[in-house]
Amino acid sequence: MKYAYYPGCSAKGSSKDYEMSTQAVCRQLDMVLEEIPGWNCCGSTPAHAVDTELSAALCARNLDIAARQGAQLLLTPCPSCLSNLRAAAQRMEKPTFRQRVNELLDEPAAETFPEVISVMQAIAREKENLVKRVRLSLKGVRLAAYYGCLMSRPAERMRFEDPENPLLMENLLAACGAEMVDFPLKTACCGAAFGIPERAMTARNSGRILELAVRLGVDAIVTACPLCQMNLDLRQTQAGRAFETRFHMPVIYYTQALGLALGFTQRELGLHKLAVSAEGLLNKLDGLRRAPAAEGGQS
Amino acid sequence: MNDTVDLNRMRDTAFTAQVEALSGQNISACYQCGNCTAGCPAGFAYDVQVSQIMRGVQLGLKDRVLRSRSLWMCLSCSTCSQRCPNNIDVAAVMETLRHMARKAGIVSVPKMEKFWLSFLNTVRLFGRSHEIGTMVLYMLRSLRLHTDVDLAPTALAKGKLGLLPHIPPGGAEPVERIFTRYKERAQREGVRP
Ligand code: SF4
Ligand code: SF4
Repeated sequence: MKYAYYPGCSAKGSSKDYEMSTQAVCRQLDMVLEEIPGWNCCGSTPAHAVDTELSAALCARNLDIAARQGAQLLLTPCPSCLSNLRAAAQRMEKPTFRQRVNELLDEPAAETFPEVISVMQAIAREKENLVKRVRLSLKGVRLAAYYGCLMSRPAERMRFEDPENPLLMENLLAACGAEMVDFPLKTACCGAAFGIPERAMTARNSGRILELAVRLGVDAIVTACPLCQMNLDLRQTQAGRAFETRFHMPVIYYTQALGLALGFTQRELGLHKLAVSAEGLLNKLDGLRRAPAAEGGQS
Repeated sequence: MNDTVDLNRMRDTAFTAQVEALSGQNISACYQCGNCTAGCPAGFAYDVQVSQIMRGVQLGLKDRVLRSRSLWMCLSCSTCSQRCPNNIDVAAVMETLRHMARKAGIVSVPKMEKFWLSFLNTVRLFGRSHEIGTMVLYMLRSLRLHTDVDLAPTALAKGKLGLLPHIPPGGAEPVERIFTRYKERAQREGVRP
């Protein structure tokens, strides 16, 4: 099945590994992600922090491109893009707001927009297909699913599972054999984009999440958000310093975990791009692969 | 807000109504349970806690509220909105207040605004955000030259930072026009763009 796709800017920069693994997993599930032509940045947090109409205009241009392509659904991997695109679509239902936003655009935006959902939700619709294609069960691997604060909140906007206890990622990864721990901070905030201007904010919030994951003895934190991944992985030493410790906790994208189960190589999934290496996890999986009766696998 | 406040002198009831209209939230529904503050991950860096901000809005303490640093330190995580027993979208109120403060030229934590504007500048120039560009512009604006230099080697080695911006095919001009119209309109309306 073909989907209109909005990768978001980080897919071209800091989360190339998310993009690689998302494409790999979707390809395997016969989901074709087609980038909408000429898409622009959704404005992320800075745009809505500064002005709601500016943020909506940047989003509306993308929604309009997708609408003109005749798309019914628009998929994005990034929770921040998802949140902004959905917020803009919702606000544009109000005529006075729509008019103010249209004034900022080259041409008035399409009257109706496709619904924007997370790639994760689209993959979940293919769960049966996914289970059939598992080549290497993740059995024996212990993971914490971390959604971050944007994916499920505010609830009326996101309509993504229980806003404080989503389970979609757990369901997908458990279907591949992984042991999913109950992770109470799964929708806590990682400190967002404060890493540059206010490092203490990010170090403190990310550190809390890392500390809990360490205590729960997981092999990795699994995330769906490029900014969360960067804060927890690339900034892990900064968080460690704030907590007077050295963390060593791999933080991978859920698509990388699914990709491993589907039999892709580390390189194909961009796992070599992690700042904190996932070697422990990969060795564990390697051991499982070599075990004579690879459980749950077909080969 | 722990020191005494002269309510007769400082109250601005029009302010309460304005915040309600702009945020679409019923501020009077807040009964000060403190749930929002209890769950706020940024509270440690606030000068006025989020439930106190809500009370300030109810009382019309415009100046105290709009000058608060908290408006700029809010992470927009919506934990407060999720946990408010009265269904107030508290995060939306925080955002509305920040917009009002900015438009009035009150920026209590200038470095936050500098960071956001640096990011938005890369979007205006390239159509898509650019991490290194944001960093460089921010360093120039804030004269903080050491921000994150410790991370750059890892990020570059892992191919996680694109040196060159990624411009959409068809160019960045359509996006630049959005910013131009936005700025012109703000100037016409006499607010800070
Ligand atoms: S949205 Fe802002 S005020 Fe609300 S809980 Fe998050 S950081 Fe605190
Ligand atoms: S949670 Fe809601 S009712 Fe309670 S203090 Fe905060 S805004 Fe007021």
